[in-house]
Amino acid sequence: SKRWCSEKMTRKKNDRPNEAPLKWEWQYVQGPYLIVVWIMVASLAKILFHLSYKVTKIVPESCLLIMLGLGLGGIVLAATNKPEYQLDPNLFFLFLLPPIVLDSGYFMPSRLFFDNFGAIMMFAVIGTVWNSFTTGFALWGIKMSGLMSDKVDAGLMDFLLFGSLISAVDPVAVLAVFEEVHVNETLFIIVFGESLLNDAVTVVLYKVFNSFVEMGTINVHPVDYFKGIASFFVVSVGGTIVGLFFAFALALISRFTKRVRIIEPLFVFLLVYLAYLTAEMLSLSSILAVTFCGLCCKKYVEANISQKSRTTVKYTMKTLASIAETIIFMFLGISAVDTSKWIWDTALVLFTLLFILVFRAIGVILQAWVLNQFRIYPLDKIDQVVMSYGGLRGAVAFALVILLNGAKVKAKDYFVATTITVVFFTVIFQGLTIKPLVKWLKVKRADQHKPTINEEIHERAFDHILAAVEDIAGQSGYHHWRDKWEHFDKRYLSQLLMRKSAYRIKDDIWDVYHKLNVRDAISYVDQGGHVLSSAKMSLASMPSRTSFSENSVTNLIRENGSGVCLDLQVIDTVRSIRDREDTVMHHVLTGNLYKPRKRFHSNYSRHFISANEQERQECEVFQRNMRRRLESFKSTKHNVYPTKSKARHKRDKSQKKKNNDANDTIPNGKPRRNISWQNPAPIAVEIESEDEENDNSETEKDEGITFVARAADEVFQERTPSSNLDVCQSPCVIPPSPTCAEKELPWKGRQGDLPACVSSETTKIVPLDMQQAWNQSISSLESLASPPITEIQLQPTLAELDEFPSPGPTPLHLARFQFPDSTLTTQHNSDDESPDSIQQQELQPLVSYERPSWLGQSASSAGTRWPVQFNRASRVSLLKNLVSGSTSNLGGQSSSSQTDL
Amino acid sequence: MGATGSAVSRVPGADEIQKETGFSSAHIYRLYDRFQVLDKDDNGVLSRRDLQSIGELAVNPLGDRIIDAFFPNGVETIDFRSFVRILAHFRPTEENRQREPNASEPLNSRNSKLKFAFQLYDQDKDGKISRAELLQVLRMMVGVEVTDEQLESIADRTIQEADLDGDGTISFEEFKKSLEKVNIEQKMSIRFLR
Repeated sequence: SKRWCSEKMTRKKNDRPNEAPLKWEWQYVQGPYLIVVWIMVASLAKILFHLSYKVTKIVPESCLLIMLGLGLGGIVLAATNKPEYQLDPNLFFLFLLPPIVLDSGYFMPSRLFFDNFGAIMMFAVIGTVWNSFTTGFALWGIKMSGLMSDKVDAGLMDFLLFGSLISAVDPVAVLAVFEEVHVNETLFIIVFGESLLNDAVTVVLYKVFNSFVEMGTINVHPVDYFKGIASFFVVSVGGTIVGLFFAFALALISRFTKRVRIIEPLFVFLLVYLAYLTAEMLSLSSILAVTFCGLCCKKYVEANISQKSRTTVKYTMKTLASIAETIIFMFLGISAVDTSKWIWDTALVLFTLLFILVFRAIGVILQAWVLNQFRIYPLDKIDQVVMSYGGLRGAVAFALVILLNGAKVKAKDYFVATTITVVFFTVIFQGLTIKPLVKWLKVKRADQHKPTINEEIHERAFDHILAAVEDIAGQSGYHHWRDKWEHFDKRYLSQLLMRKSAYRIKDDIWDVYHKLNVRDAISYVDQGGHVLSSAKMSLASMPSRTSFSENSVTNLIRENGSGVCLDLQVIDTVRSIRDREDTVMHHVLTGNLYKPRKRFHSNYSRHFISANEQERQECEVFQRNMRRRLESFKSTKHNVYPTKSKARHKRDKSQKKKNNDANDTIPNGKPRRNISWQNPAPIAVEIESEDEENDNSETEKDEGITFVARAADEVFQERTPSSNLDVCQSPCVIPPSPTCAEKELPWKGRQGDLPACVSSETTKIVPLDMQQAWNQSISSLESLASPPITEIQLQPTLAELDEFPSPGPTPLHLARFQFPDSTLTTQHNSDDESPDSIQQQELQPLVSYERPSWLGQSASSAGTRWPVQFNRASRVSLLKNLVSGSTSNLGGQSSSSQTDL
Repeated sequence: MGATGSAVSRVPGADEIQKETGFSSAHIYRLYDRFQVLDKDDNGVLSRRDLQSIGELAVNPLGDRIIDAFFPNGVETIDFRSFVRILAHFRPTEENRQREPNASEPLNSRNSKLKFAFQLYDQDKDGKISRAELLQVLRMMVGVEVTDEQLESIADRTIQEADLDGDGTISFEEFKKSLEKVNIEQKMSIRFLR
């Protein structure tokens, strides 16, 4: 890699005087120095591009980089009068390509990939062979017909060779363009998967034809053709096996890195790179090796390494891939300036462009027709257009054409020129136009009729229903084999490759929940049927609100005496406002209705790693569902043993007293405040004694499940609302503002460690196939972390909410309540508690603003040892009153609820 | 997936199920395969627990409602036949296929599909979607950012919009009417693999 930069700089060095006090050691550093400077230039250019949102929105980054490369190449050419830099094939294949392929393989949504494996394989193998041969033969036909210049000295084999290198869809280019065009997941995975897997075909065809050309057409015997076909299987299967072998080794190694956490991430890169080099060494398909290595090791590696290592791996991978991609495109641009290497032939260029477009389209249509006979989701016309048009060529083709032996392939210079043109045309022209094309096609297809609210809601419900039924009926792919595989994986592979702790928590979701539920129900019954036990705490670490239960006190309150209802009636008489509200509602719904299931999380963006909307939704929904199951499970249990619970109730009371006494001595210098909404009935709050907690943790150990009970307990100390409020589904819980003394309480000391702790723990109750999404969402939350850490855990959404686009005529803020000297919420209060926001709320009473009430609920179960409770204002129309009211109430009501207990 | 005649005969009561639901024998074989996979204790019936262990349903906002729909009238387990019968609601509707006049309405008719969806809302089975029932479903389907007040007003508006007789609830007829422009046949059908 240093070769290409050394010559120029040695010249400069020689005319420096040696006796200077400041020693000039340029030669010593020049290699790395230039590399760093190049990366620096490329990265600065990226910053520049992204300064303007408008530019990057229209022009894909790859185009900009190529143009930058052209510019830089021009400058270098003008300055030195000779083209200096080239995209060196060795540099490309040894250093630039592996990070990109690793990134794609590792973050490949494996489920989606294997669901569409048939289609991907078809396009990768048959499609690529079809493209190579048709393009090669057609160009040869053009040559025979005399349309091409006579100077293009090439026979059939040369054209087939050229066809093989020009026909392969390029992963780098596809990724760069497709990540910015938001096509549907299936389409993306098919085109992208094809571009990765066709490597084997391309490599084989290229090598076979290359050897044919070098042997001379006359010397090729029929047996050589069979050798070619055989070598295809050797190259592809061999590459895959190398990849799988290293994936296995990597997973096994990562099982034993517990004591050397700091180098965990390194192993990932080392072994994958070894896989790449080994495949190259054996002249197998290195891209396949890395793809499968990344794809297969991920599950086990992610389970074994720590959360921090996971984040490190993720970021390092993205950084490397991003740099590599940037350099590739920039150098493509620079290389094109080097006119000495290429000779232009208009006919060849034009016909090549025509043929690759036409034959790709024909191939796609034919294959899609065949595939549609077997697919549940047929590839429709638009998909086919995008697939044909999205067949971008890139740096792989360029590197391969540079590698041709000019002595044997006489038309090499023509081929180079044509390849550069094709690459530039596909990346720049197709890259620029594919986005408008997709948009245009979609608009054309979309049937415009403004849905009523009923239609909007019910149709979304239908989507969810269909998704669920598909999951039940197992219609999303090759379930039979997948089930077999999962069984095998669970029985043997996971046990071998995962740490014991990591493996056991990955047990069947239901087993976990069943145990949870049983234990939960037992403690529920034990405690008189009112207390939510620590099991719920594991859920409480996630943001959620419990489901409605119709007979709950709060619901009654809601339906009877809500100020909002009054407002509603007022507004209903005014027709003009009504229309406006329809729009507001429409926006609220479109913005907030859960999207139907999607299996693919776009992890491919090289510009930023964002907290995924989908993941957040999954967390929310998952948690709600689990809660609901838990509730229903408990309620049945409760009905079974009504007497027992009653008997226990008394004992609990006495226990409670004890705990109260103990808690009173907590050295925060303040009496506990304990207020309950409506004060409905004496309900146990802080029953769970230390002993019980210990018991719980013991059973947890036995089951190999670790719950967040302790972590959550500590985290939620600061905002402990009461369990009884939770039982009544009350939205009225204001997190307390902690006093200084509270903050210094011993069990609050470790808050800084908590996010990692909680996140890794919660991982363990997430179903297996959602672990990835879960982990990512957690790590992305971590990256968003800002001072009040507890805030982030409870409200992972808040950071995003601030950027929430204001739908409709009225901005949809979440109004936050002001807590007197609240340290936790200052950050969020600061911008919202302006007079404006309150005014807006009053102007728009129908769509009211509220701090999500799950805040209280999610924390609810934690308040077992630290029973400080607050009222929470739920009615925003009463916002101002309640903000002051709830705080002033605190002192007053505390004594009454105390006596009740 | 290749289904052979001998394999289908393995499925208990395949012929009747086929007649009742309209699935082809290949479909039935596939579904039976799936049924057996879901049936973790191999006792020939599915329990709620079996369905709840499907990972995707845990993140489906309506997942549990749909599981409930598989266990009508409080039954604890369902056999293969009931399983297929419920899935048959989602079979694509054949166009211009004449059924014998005396035959009962096919499970995959527009009406049946709508009825299935309606039952997911109507939890107390009184034939009406009340405001509270609608709210429950809404709460399941929207993100936590939407406040209860917003939801309540949305629910009120939804009911107002659909409620023709002014009783404050949505009956099945009203439900059907509010969705008359929607292509239910397409939106409530999945393509079953052969």
